[in-house]
Amino acid sequence: MSVLVDANTRLVVQGITGKTGSFHASACKEYGTKVVAGVTPARGGEKFENTVPIFDTVSEAVAATHANASMIFVPPDFAGDAILEAADAGIQLIVAITEGIPVLDMMRVRHALKEYSCVLIGPNCPGIITPGACKIGIMPGHIHRPGHVGVVSRSGTLTYEAVWQITNLGLGQSTCIGVGGDPIHGLTLQKSVEYLHADPDTHAIVMIGEIGGSEEEEAAEYIHARVKKPVISFIAGATAPPGRRMGHAGAIISGGKGTAQAKIEALQKAGVRVAKTLADIGGEVAKALGK
Amino acid sequence: MNIHEYQASELLAAAGVTVPRGVVAHTAEEAESIARNFSWSSFMVKAQVHAGGRGKGHFQDGFKGGVHLVKTPQQVRDIAAKMIGNTLITHQTGPEGKPVHAVLICEPTEIARELYLAIVLDRSSGCPVIVASRQGGMEIETVAEKNPEAILREKVHPSLGLQPYQARKLSIFLGFPSTALRAPCRLLHAAYRLFIDKDCSQVEINPLAVTKGGDVCALDAKLNFDDNAIFRHKEIEALSDPSQEDPRDLAAAEHHLNYIGLDGNIGCMVNGAGLAMATLDLLQAVGGRPANFLDVGGGASKQMVTVAFRLLQGDPSVKAILVNIFGGILKCDLLAQGMVAACHNAPPRVPIIVRMQGTNVDAGRKILKESGLALIPAEGLMEAAEKAVAAASGKKGK
Repeated sequence: MSVLVDANTRLVVQGITGKTGSFHASACKEYGTKVVAGVTPARGGEKFENTVPIFDTVSEAVAATHANASMIFVPPDFAGDAILEAADAGIQLIVAITEGIPVLDMMRVRHALKEYSCVLIGPNCPGIITPGACKIGIMPGHIHRPGHVGVVSRSGTLTYEAVWQITNLGLGQSTCIGVGGDPIHGLTLQKSVEYLHADPDTHAIVMIGEIGGSEEEEAAEYIHARVKKPVISFIAGATAPPGRRMGHAGAIISGGKGTAQAKIEALQKAGVRVAKTLADIGGEVAKALGK
Repeated sequence: MNIHEYQASELLAAAGVTVPRGVVAHTAEEAESIARNFSWSSFMVKAQVHAGGRGKGHFQDGFKGGVHLVKTPQQVRDIAAKMIGNTLITHQTGPEGKPVHAVLICEPTEIARELYLAIVLDRSSGCPVIVASRQGGMEIETVAEKNPEAILREKVHPSLGLQPYQARKLSIFLGFPSTALRAPCRLLHAAYRLFIDKDCSQVEINPLAVTKGGDVCALDAKLNFDDNAIFRHKEIEALSDPSQEDPRDLAAAEHHLNYIGLDGNIGCMVNGAGLAMATLDLLQAVGGRPANFLDVGGGASKQMVTVAFRLLQGDPSVKAILVNIFGGILKCDLLAQGMVAACHNAPPRVPIIVRMQGTNVDAGRKILKESGLALIPAEGLMEAAEKAVAAASGKKGK
């Protein structure tokens, strides 16, 4: 078992002929992901690396290859359109890697997606990986190891750091989800925790948050009410100056809201083990699992 | 992105929001001649900086107040002369203040009531929300805390936009009689249109004045724009004023680096925003003070690393540099090459602590070792942070 992606996931890559798109399509393929199609308008009929067929539209790709997941590398000004195209073609899991999409575009897209049953991860995210089975995204595959710790995070490299610490403990990951650093995005921390909690293969959950918004607080409420598995958390930005956008568009304390302190308190109240520093994440996981 | 008050006024006026009559001046002479052109009974002179709290602020030379009310064109000239070229310090500027290069001369408004209006994006619902308060002129956070029933938050449907009934509801909440809803409703629609059309991240009108003549007028407004959408608003991009920004931030922006200047002495170079924030937290947890937030990005090029490194080296407040990289897309060997290139052009003047993990880490460490540069390697995160703090305080790293 795993969450959202496994060895049967069939991936189409939107923007497969671009520099970043082709690099990561290749890396996912190498990792073992079934990359069944690519989409670039006006490049239909060509082949990626002589094997993967390229189509002009996502619906053609789905019809020909039965792709059920999409990874998007389309530039910011067209990325919103690419997400809607994937949803309309019946793709069930859309992973939008693109960074820098205008927030009002994402507002409209998120709203429009309510009419579909698909799950959107991102944008501005590292993607999702079930180690040893399927990697959809830009994370370095080799730091992961199949195992039973589920990871969900708003940050890319911070997730790699946590994953690496878990791997070095001799443990592994069930599925790692990066929900992305934008203020308006698809899958939330709470929904990810729900998925991981429902997965029998996940024995503990690591949730990495950061300043801005209230998703950590919402997840904390859910954890308090429903989650029986151990949850370990870390919140970045405890010392961030208010009012400044810390790299991620969504990482900003505004009007005294979204502070690390408030999130840490909510999580502790919910019984979550909160790592004091970034260096302590692995140690807290080990303690929680009694290793 | 931020803009000046006079620019916000112009954008609001163009969108159909009533604003006080006023003209911007860049010299004292210009200010006087503007005042002479109008037969107003008195004049407001407002220093233009990217910060709030101007009225209660003071200038570097002791001159008090960034907003003055005066009677004659000569006085306009005198006040403008004191402001332009001076530096204004307010509770939002930090102790270094912001330079004043322009003043706004405008007509005082006869105010009957002061209200508050803002349009922002609500993250959890993913909808624009209009925030209205009957207590204008105060910071909305204060009102929310002390008097929450004075605030109405109205969500707007992302596809439908602001509906007439919502504008009426907001106007009635703000205390307009039901026979006089036309002016506030028109203003609400105009402000909402501006928010959407210009990809604003915030439109805040505070105070929104009801004049003695019954007009509704945006006395002061703050507009912020979504940086991600600036590419489709060249007209907004043209309004940016580099003099209002930290010069270190500007140099970084030129090279597409995510940089925020802080007031400590440990320069930090990290890849990824979350890891960069967590690294600053870690440094402070062990008693250090970071000089900056710097995210070179998940997919940084060798050249970007070189530029970033040079930026840290060039900051006189930096006493030690901590490089913390988790190689994902950004490979450690490429990072090492970038650092060596930067040090080749400008030999390091402060201790440099390097902690690398991830993709091609062995190749990266080899490049740094063979470069002959006096770098302090660190394996673990805690070790790296402690070494950086020790180095910045003048002690030798272990």
